[in-house]
Amino acid sequence: MNITFHINGSSQTVAIADENTPLLWVVRDLLNLKGTKFGCGKAACGACTLHVDGEAVRSCSYAIKFAEGKHVTTIEGLGTKESPHPVQQAWIAEIVPQCGYCQPGFMMATAALLEKIPNPTDEDIDRNIINVCRCATYYRMRKAIHRAAELNAANVEPESENS
Amino acid sequence: MKTKLALLFPLFLGAVIISATTNTPTTSNYMEVSPSEDMELTSEEAFDKMMDVLTHQRCVNCHPSDNIPKQGDDSHPHYFGIERGEENLGYQATNCATCHQAENNPYSGVPGAPEWSLAPHTMRWEGLSRIEIAESMMDPERNGGRTPEETLHHLTEHELVLWAWKPGVDANGQSQELPPVSKEDYIAAVKKWFEAGHVIPTE
Repeated sequence: MNITFHINGSSQTVAIADENTPLLWVVRDLLNLKGTKFGCGKAACGACTLHVDGEAVRSCSYAIKFAEGKHVTTIEGLGTKESPHPVQQAWIAEIVPQCGYCQPGFMMATAALLEKIPNPTDEDIDRNIINVCRCATYYRMRKAIHRAAELNAANVEPESENS
Repeated sequence: MKTKLALLFPLFLGAVIISATTNTPTTSNYMEVSPSEDMELTSEEAFDKMMDVLTHQRCVNCHPSDNIPKQGDDSHPHYFGIERGEENLGYQATNCATCHQAENNPYSGVPGAPEWSLAPHTMRWEGLSRIEIAESMMDPERNGGRTPEETLHHLTEHELVLWAWKPGVDANGQSQELPPVSKEDYIAAVKKWFEAGHVIPTE
């Protein structure tokens, strides 16, 4: 069967035998977008987090059939090298990664969080960013999340007093 | 005398055979009933059968008395610190749909059904007796304002409720335990209890 969806701004049609194939496998193995990682395969660690219609989703537990007609964003579509997303800027500034394997999932989860809560508290972060990092970079990630929120706020045009 | 008996015996035997043939009941002589209706349950029996299901972990795991969903046959607290959130759907950016879709996922072992969510706090059942659960279930103040007809519909037709009989596999690929009553018998028992006036037994 054919599944058509948008990924990182481009329309994509994939021919797939099993409609329950995880979106992660399609992204990595068919579309060759290797930024999204396979971690546990049980929707537990969050390494495979990407966005479907703007919502953070564990792609190892998301059947490709549910992606029909939807907009998927992976870490490759979050920003570019020339114009990185504020979350990516903050990650670089705070030198967050150690081994780096889980970081794309954390960055995608953080980008989704900032869309919902532009200035998250530590409690908001604890509740919403539940991915797993074996290098335990949580402390630096927390700093980077707050920094990304500041960068986001700085990028937003302040409202005119007369508007 | 013996000769007369020998002559009469075949006649007698023939009469018996003809009589048996003409009086043998056929299928049309019986009223057909479905397997779930073959026992006429009393209201109390129907209540007990319904409650055998509603007190099972497949139901109670999503009707917690705290704000923490439960998982698995051992009803352990949901991993990863997941809680109810404001809308019974988890937190803003990490919610039920982050992992749970409209169907069970056979690859990850993550369960799923349409409208996957926690029952509201007013519908908490965890730790309650059968009678207390029934009282809660029939109380519009606690059941989301449902009429008895709407409660009956929820119990017998809501896909999320009926998911209990197709819970899929767990994270280790092992089948999850089914409720102790078949779906058909459960639905028949619920309907019977409502038809009989949904009387909640006394303690």
